[in-house]
Amino acid sequence: MFSDELKKYDWEETTRTIMAMTPEDVKRAISADRLSDWDFMALVSPAASDFLEQMAQKSRNLTEQRFGKTISMFIPMYITNSCTNSCVYCGFNCHNKFDRVILTPEQIEAECIAIKKLGPFENLLIVTGENPVKAGTDYIEKALQVCRPYFSNLTIEVMPLSTEDYKRLTLSGLNGVVCFQETYNRDNYKKYHPAGMKSNFEWRCNGFDRMGQAGVHKIGLGVLIGLEDWRTDVTMMARHLLYLRKNYWQTKYSVNFPRMRPSESGFQPNVVMSDRELAQLTFAFRIFDPDVDISYSTRENHEFRNNMATLGVTTMSAGSKTDPGGYATYPTSLEQFAISDGTSPADVAAHLKAFGREPVWKDWDRIFD
Amino acid sequence: MQKLVIGNREFNSRLFVGTGKFRSNEVMSDAIIASGSEMVTVAMKRIDMNNQDDDMLMHVKRDGIQLLPNTSGVRNADEAILAAQLAREAFETDFIKLEIHPDPKYLLPDPVETLKATEKLAKLGFVVLPYIQADPVLCKRLEDVGTAVVMPLAAPIGSNKGLVTRDMLKIIIEQSRVPVVVDAGLGAPSHAAEAMELGVDAVLVNTAIAVAGNPVRMARAFAQATIAGREAYEAGLGAVRNVAEASSPLTSFLD
Repeated sequence: MFSDELKKYDWEETTRTIMAMTPEDVKRAISADRLSDWDFMALVSPAASDFLEQMAQKSRNLTEQRFGKTISMFIPMYITNSCTNSCVYCGFNCHNKFDRVILTPEQIEAECIAIKKLGPFENLLIVTGENPVKAGTDYIEKALQVCRPYFSNLTIEVMPLSTEDYKRLTLSGLNGVVCFQETYNRDNYKKYHPAGMKSNFEWRCNGFDRMGQAGVHKIGLGVLIGLEDWRTDVTMMARHLLYLRKNYWQTKYSVNFPRMRPSESGFQPNVVMSDRELAQLTFAFRIFDPDVDISYSTRENHEFRNNMATLGVTTMSAGSKTDPGGYATYPTSLEQFAISDGTSPADVAAHLKAFGREPVWKDWDRIFD
Repeated sequence: MQKLVIGNREFNSRLFVGTGKFRSNEVMSDAIIASGSEMVTVAMKRIDMNNQDDDMLMHVKRDGIQLLPNTSGVRNADEAILAAQLAREAFETDFIKLEIHPDPKYLLPDPVETLKATEKLAKLGFVVLPYIQADPVLCKRLEDVGTAVVMPLAAPIGSNKGLVTRDMLKIIIEQSRVPVVVDAGLGAPSHAAEAMELGVDAVLVNTAIAVAGNPVRMARAFAQATIAGREAYEAGLGAVRNVAEASSPLTSFLD
């Protein structure tokens, strides 16, 4: 399990190593064929900020070679904001007073129909808050069954589940699971996640092993930028990715590193990442792992997304509503976070084309399930 | 140039092309025309098979082009067989490019499942074109179970590295009773020419064309290189020598 593997790495020591990287270390990492976690640390180090152009070129070449000039499109569907966690930075925090929504199967179907009118989406990301009692595995399974006829690929972003539950959901059409560790800093994790299931660092961290053991096709990892030192946090995620690739070699992987945006909670980010730093991190991940899917959501602004679409990003959302029922049922309920790019899917597609990228809506078929 | 025959169909062009990774369907369509290819492979997972007006399919379908649906995405023989049967219905062809790669990172083919699926599909009347490692023994085993061609890789898919498996390809060409099509890893027209000079029957190219600065011109370049290599093979290449031929042969005393 990865929680044991993680114990091999000292947080402070990792930070010191990153901060001590030299321009020579960066050059070596950029020119290497196969990169270790040490090389990755060089690429996310402050020393690498002088090498953004070289990194961008290598990142673009690797992306085109592996993914071509395409961007895979997806759309999220929030089906409940009911949550028993009290994550200090999240709008769904259980202490926030507002009426919670748990969409019924009929409402979920209405959302599906509304999304299909927005664009030719085939990749759906189903998102929930974490409420094991009111919106547990049975509820998620039902949601998958309702959505399945409308979309060819279904991914969930929900609380970590047991191996058995992941297996069970696969039978109802589940293709992928996205889960954010949020931060790999074990000592500080509980400060941000004081209550609910999510306060258990090990259970969350080892959830990825359980997904791998259950044979989930695609696993998405994530660090929330704004909690801890981002360079150290993403290095731990890179190590996690290395570990998972070795252990679950039949699985596809994606990485996410969204920057925290304002939410109802009023929590202010501890660290702020600039656009240049986000670009550096994106290039670093592409150079480190040419085959990993790198996903940007509508948290990032439109122009930045368009430019990065040619340099390393391979998956994007468009037209997103981050409130349950936002497409059809409750067009004005509470959002999990404020989106930045509110461009319509058709316009997102047109802009990608103008940047020389073909938006790919469908790259999976139900017959492969 | 001799015609290539696969599954009772004749092909004038020995360049097969793929349809992934292009920056637009329009560019893809133009590149296919420029390549002169008569065999074009399409990933079933990219196509909406219930939609006769699928945009990608609309840009591929053309008179004189054999559509070659591929099973990219399947992980074992059972899934591949099911996918092939659906492809036969949707594309109205017995041709199937069998791709079984359970490893989503390097997309390396699974030899065990590929052999199993080929045997079953051949019995069901499919014209099977299996993507495989450059493994001479596996090629003979595939022949035994009725494969139409063998499609060994030159290098990992999308790597553009050229004929990394050259020595194994030579053995495969020497031993094969079915056409040999080099399927993956060709990054430059010179790689295609070299493969054809070695005696492979056709080459399949996708990434090198799709991500080129100008895919249409690159498609044309690959077409020319494929023809040049084949012509050279059929003409008979001279032997390679490391030293100049001595003007006074060592054996002149025997005359």
